[in-house]
Amino acid sequence: MKFELLLAAFDLKDLIGVPLRASVSIPTIVFALGAIGLNLHYGFTGLLNVGMVAFMAAGSYGMAIAFTQGVPGGILVAMVCGLLFSVIIALLIGIPALRLRGDYLAIVTIAIGEVMRVSARSQRLINITGGPFGLPSIEDRGNDVSLSDRIGIDWNPLYDTENPTRSFDVLWTDIFNFDAKALWLMIIGWALVVLMTILVWRLVNSPWGRVIKAIREDEDAARALGKNVFSYKLQSLIIGGVIGAIAGIIRTLDNSFVQSEQFRPQTTFFIWTSLILGGAASKWGPVVGAAIFWFSLQFVEEAVRQLVENDWIPDWLIDSNDIGRIRLIMMGVMLAALMIWRPQGLLGKKEEALLDVR
Amino acid sequence: MTRNFGGLKAVDVDYLEVQRGIITAFIGPNGAGKTTFFNLLTGFDEPDTGKWQFDGTEVGGMASHKIAQMGMVRTFQLTKSLGKMSVMDNMLLGAPNQKGERLSFSLLRGAWRKQEADVRERAVELLERFNMSHMAEEYAATLSGGQRKLLEMARALMASPALILLDEPMAGVNPALVQSLLGHVEALRDEGVSVLFVEHDMDVIMGISDWIVVLAEGGVIAEGTPAQVSKNKKVIDAYLGTDDGIAADDGRTGADAQ
Repeated sequence: MKFELLLAAFDLKDLIGVPLRASVSIPTIVFALGAIGLNLHYGFTGLLNVGMVAFMAAGSYGMAIAFTQGVPGGILVAMVCGLLFSVIIALLIGIPALRLRGDYLAIVTIAIGEVMRVSARSQRLINITGGPFGLPSIEDRGNDVSLSDRIGIDWNPLYDTENPTRSFDVLWTDIFNFDAKALWLMIIGWALVVLMTILVWRLVNSPWGRVIKAIREDEDAARALGKNVFSYKLQSLIIGGVIGAIAGIIRTLDNSFVQSEQFRPQTTFFIWTSLILGGAASKWGPVVGAAIFWFSLQFVEEAVRQLVENDWIPDWLIDSNDIGRIRLIMMGVMLAALMIWRPQGLLGKKEEALLDVR
Repeated sequence: MTRNFGGLKAVDVDYLEVQRGIITAFIGPNGAGKTTFFNLLTGFDEPDTGKWQFDGTEVGGMASHKIAQMGMVRTFQLTKSLGKMSVMDNMLLGAPNQKGERLSFSLLRGAWRKQEADVRERAVELLERFNMSHMAEEYAATLSGGQRKLLEMARALMASPALILLDEPMAGVNPALVQSLLGHVEALRDEGVSVLFVEHDMDVIMGISDWIVVLAEGGVIAEGTPAQVSKNKKVIDAYLGTDDGIAADDGRTGADAQ
């Protein structure tokens, strides 16, 4: 009886539907891609990259700047510019820091992320990065095309010029209800997630992957067997970094603007959370982790919101302005619980996690 | 060759030759600089002064992985088995010049499948020789200390070294396994691999070494065949210790393990 009463407090369709929808949407794709890159860095090579957001920023800003400055060849070339920029960032971080002990990489990566964010918003670069305003619409003014229109409209087979607001109800559930632009980007995004997962998985299961796993376990052992440890670490940093840049590009295509505040360090920490939730060094861990991250975040938010709105929780305890913070607190509690009872994450191998404990 | 740690002269060797095709042992009390000397030779540490050659090539200042690629492969005093990898993966890692280890080929399974199969075959043979076949798919972290020593030696052999440098291969190994380890070391020499190893337990060494180099306080104090060395007055002093010798040793134990 009591249980039914509790259920009655909730609008179940929204309680499940809203988080489910979030777990397949663009933010999940972005975090999944970031976590796939981080999985190569941390899960397989043991690199403590605490600045994934720097690679995302490189991808986003690289593409946006190239496009707004009218790079010949249009969008695809602009995207390649974003990826190349992330390679440069990887080299800038890697060449000095990868020769040192692991903790230095952590310091350098977190610093580079902040350096990029703060530089992007500086007044001096206002003509390139847009300074604190960012690039509100990513347009090639010379040729009068906008990045998001080109992808979302011109190249979108789902888009109907007669009926631009048409929405697609995937699975006829009314939960997965997206407009043509969002759905198109989600299809591209999920395809990339699958592609990158397979790419990383094939890499780490090759002899090349055996070497990077050996480096994760003990650099000196790899060195004593004639492996050029520095070169392998740099390769891993670049590949994972490019995957991070793809995450940044997808997010920018979705937002259709870039602004420095999108690249605060917390993004890196959320990506780490996703990876740890799903299980580092597992195949689908980063993807499952990202989906669960957004599902839980939205679930807590929706649940608390419904309770507050229906006066099940009194205003003096939690009012509607607190919900955003509550969801992060709950996230932290969940992560702590996970670390205690399932340190290997959801898909990680328990034996591997326990080998360290001895 | 010299190497100082602060005011401490850890290694100060004028001239030393390691002969091809025999078992050479470095012995000396704790703190004699054996491991430091090893680290210097294999490029894991840089000397303050000095140069050295391997097989006619100047290797001083070369990166450790390049020295290993030339055929001078080492093991470690504190075993470095790669715990979260299987015993078999540990072995496969040892093989040199693997095409699949290059990023550009790693995704083209066809390009390295054949070599991988050959390498695996060799690994199976070596594991059999070291009586470890039944553990091939276990995580290396689940092995005992002695088994890890064996694994590390077998892994180094995967690299087909011309000279194998074993840093205290018997330390922490139970007596039953010591005999089998010694047997393996002798078998290596008989196959034409030069062996250089560090040990501080005199009894272990006398039986199998062809040439012994005695280090104390960073320098070579004597070298010769086991028979010659065991009669040397300086060696007896270094081991049994004069009064101040013991005092100096106590203060320096551990420098060698760093």
